[in-house]
Amino acid sequence: MNVMSKDVDSAVTEKISIRDLKFFYGPTLALKNVTLPLFEREVTAFIGPSGCGKSTLLRVLNRMYDLYPNQRAEGEVWFDGENILNGKQDLNLLRSRIGMVFQKPTPFPMTIYENIAFGVRLYEKLPKSEIDNRVESALQKAALWGEVKDKLHSSGLSLSGGQQQRLCIARTVAIRPEVILFDEPCSALDPISTAKIEELIDELKNEFTIAIVTHNMQQAARVSQRTAFMYLGELVEFGETKKLFTNPSDRRTEDYITGRFG
Amino acid sequence: MNEHTMKSYEDELKLLDRRIAQMGGCAEKLLVQAMDALEHRDPQLAENAVASDVMIDQLERELQDQVIVMIARRQPLANDLRHIMTVLKIAGDLERIGDLSKNIAKRALAVAGESYPKPLMTGMRHMTEMVEGQLKDVLDALTALDAEKAIEVWRNDQQVDAMYNSLFRELLTYMMEDPRNIGLCTHFLFGAKNIERIGDHTTNIAENIYYLVHGVPLADDRPKGDKTSSTLITPRQ
Repeated sequence: MNVMSKDVDSAVTEKISIRDLKFFYGPTLALKNVTLPLFEREVTAFIGPSGCGKSTLLRVLNRMYDLYPNQRAEGEVWFDGENILNGKQDLNLLRSRIGMVFQKPTPFPMTIYENIAFGVRLYEKLPKSEIDNRVESALQKAALWGEVKDKLHSSGLSLSGGQQQRLCIARTVAIRPEVILFDEPCSALDPISTAKIEELIDELKNEFTIAIVTHNMQQAARVSQRTAFMYLGELVEFGETKKLFTNPSDRRTEDYITGRFG
Repeated sequence: MNEHTMKSYEDELKLLDRRIAQMGGCAEKLLVQAMDALEHRDPQLAENAVASDVMIDQLERELQDQVIVMIARRQPLANDLRHIMTVLKIAGDLERIGDLSKNIAKRALAVAGESYPKPLMTGMRHMTEMVEGQLKDVLDALTALDAEKAIEVWRNDQQVDAMYNSLFRELLTYMMEDPRNIGLCTHFLFGAKNIERIGDHTTNIAENIYYLVHGVPLADDRPKGDKTSSTLITPRQ
């Protein structure tokens, strides 16, 4: 049992602290007093049946819900000494620090190069040579450089689904965020592309704090250091991934991950 | 525990349980056969025991194949994962128990023509009954997933060890008394050691049951009582 005990570092710091978080879609309570930390340079996976609130939770972390009327959050989400739920938060700045990758690849209808440069220019004024560097380094980090370096000026939409998803990751990484949120990043991808994204997430965790929502339990088991199981808007269990998938503490977690639910 | 949403998964787990129970039953029977062969110096019983071991090996292979397919297809987690892995390990212990019993049966063939002192067999018989009881209890604990009962078996092995120690000394005494006993007593000594080893495999099974039920290994160090490997008895001049 000691072989894997280096999986999580006991000296890790909390990058984000979620405290007593409630979320409402109009009158409907979708998150019930959720409290948990996201640790720095770790991958935290969120699992649970559809409608359990895991994507909602992710959307709170970069205030995505602000785009919609009638949605509101209560409680606290501390990110580097600041409660990001307070009204004074600069949302553009927040979203540059907490990036997000979605279920379906969402490249802009522009060239591969521009897909990445566009975001960088939004936040920083840089000379062309510096932008070139940022584009290359982002594509390197997203393990896409080798495949696209000779066609940087073709459309981002000409890439395969898996490549498009890595382009979206490159776009997120180029802005140099601190946290990256992944909302089912592989659900539209084949197993080979999925493996590439998982390898990428494993690499990215050396630099970024990562949260991933996934319906694929094995994926959560493979890529994360900690896992949160949510059910009906409640955080049922949160702990080390190796423990949660071999010996969960809560009966509902056990039933869910072994396929005995409902 | 609730049933799996996929019924075929449930069926596979039940089949796995049936296979391990069948292996356990065969191992119990084989030990009894082997000791009867030794006690009654009956070559036919001994041959039967040797043949029964083939059956245990066959069951182990089938169980192993099933486990590999289940891991590939079901990707078991949590309790299911512990269940499947534990059964695989227990199958390994039962297979070893079968081998050790078969070895006793082979020794029974070797000594079939000899006559031997009655008290010698009494000690062997007593120790065997103890281990048979342990094996039965641990298999019951497996069926019932009774971790408490498994711990009890685990603790009781100390008595088997104590019994082996005294048998070891007794056999040495016979050898010292009359060198013509040495051949026979050596076979008995190995037989006794085999039974002691069967006891150890039984405690392995108990540890695995505990892990299956609680998800954490049994923490204590098992009290060990076999002192014969650090004992030297010299004949009196």
